[in-house]
Amino acid sequence: MIWDWAFTFEILPVLARAAIVSIEATLLGFAIAASLGLVLAVVRIAVPWTGWTISVLVELIRSTPLLIQIFFLYFVFPKFGVVLDAFTAGVLAIGIHYAAYCSEVYRAGFDNIHRGQWEASIALNLSSWTTFRDVIIPQAIPPIVPALGNYLVALFKETPLLSAIAVLELMQTAKIIGSETFRYTEPITLVGLFFLAMSLVSAALIRSLEGALNRRTVR
Amino acid sequence: MGIRTLLGMLAIALAVIGLLATNENYSLFLPALLEGAVLTIEIAVLSCLLAVVMGVLAALARMYGPAPLRWLATVYVEIFRGTSALVQLFWLFFVLPQFGVTLDAFLVAVLALGLNVGAYGSEVVRGAVLAVGRGQWEASTALNMSRAQMLRRIILPQAFVAMIPPWGNLFIELLKSTALVSLITLSDLAFKAQQMNQTTLKTIPIFTLVLLIYLAMSLVLTIAMRLLEKRASLGLARGRTV
Repeated sequence: MIWDWAFTFEILPVLARAAIVSIEATLLGFAIAASLGLVLAVVRIAVPWTGWTISVLVELIRSTPLLIQIFFLYFVFPKFGVVLDAFTAGVLAIGIHYAAYCSEVYRAGFDNIHRGQWEASIALNLSSWTTFRDVIIPQAIPPIVPALGNYLVALFKETPLLSAIAVLELMQTAKIIGSETFRYTEPITLVGLFFLAMSLVSAALIRSLEGALNRRTVR
Repeated sequence: MGIRTLLGMLAIALAVIGLLATNENYSLFLPALLEGAVLTIEIAVLSCLLAVVMGVLAALARMYGPAPLRWLATVYVEIFRGTSALVQLFWLFFVLPQFGVTLDAFLVAVLALGLNVGAYGSEVVRGAVLAVGRGQWEASTALNMSRAQMLRRIILPQAFVAMIPPWGNLFIELLKSTALVSLITLSDLAFKAQQMNQTTLKTIPIFTLVLLIYLAMSLVLTIAMRLLEKRASLGLARGRTV
């Protein structure tokens, strides 16, 4: 018997608990990515001389593998006295990695705002803080929701990387079950199916959110 | 980011690697890391080729195939885009042997990464083909071309130009994903780094060098794709002005 249903139901609750860790990592990572990305994009526009530094930084982060960045935070930072536990290091690495991608998405959103909006804000003598908060960001965010959504799904699918530094998320749990019972078929297939289901569901959610946002902002 | 800046970054990255290589602490690890980098490059190149083949085949099957082929391609794309690359890698490596198919780790790496990126690539190909102007299709039909002729001679050469930048992004993603193969026992760059880190505990030099080597490889790839794009779109501009 290649597929053992009894075994499947036995490991299902264990994997379900691990899935919660995966989802936590995804949400925390995306919270970091979305907010840090926004900060990077805003600083780049508000403080012009940082433009070059930020684009080099973004390029550096995007050009090196996430796995190595996770290792770097987990293994190298303690040498400088910053000891992070595996979950924190992993979530931070994923968050920073995707912040680099998200900052480009925000930038595209800001670039799409009509120039007149910026000029009008200057004419009204709005501070750059008010300009961003009340004029630019509310207009820039709705069109880029789909792109941010794509990165949310992509980020979710990167969370198995945390297994490399022994965070007890889905993949690591499946590997442990596999090595304890010598049955890899069920745990790893279940993990795959779980990711497939979650990705399809979130893709559908993003599509409906996109539809709702486009109905609201008439353009 | 302009090509000059990219070249500058590459020069700096290589210079820093060279500079570090003069230091005893760093030069010790360089030969093994470079050896790992060669395997990384081998896997990246082979899976890029597989990805392009799969991307084109899946896109064409989805657009023009008979119904069963179309479903097959859709299922392929959804499964490989919907699950994580690491899970696919582990599935091929640990689960497939239970069904009696044992592949060696290198083959698994190339297959998993190639199929994964190919699924994303098929959407790139589809988008580019659909973006070719309608007049081109109509003209080909008017000239009584068969669908194969139309695609081969008229549509794909034009779609090719539009495909280069997104494929470039995918190739860089793929290059970075090769770090995953270290988790299925292949001794690529990331594996060597971890291995030496465990034996020597010289974490800082090892991971600094690894980051720099990956950076240099991605930059070379980015620059190459930019040049290709420039060349290909030059031809297109000339064609359009006539």
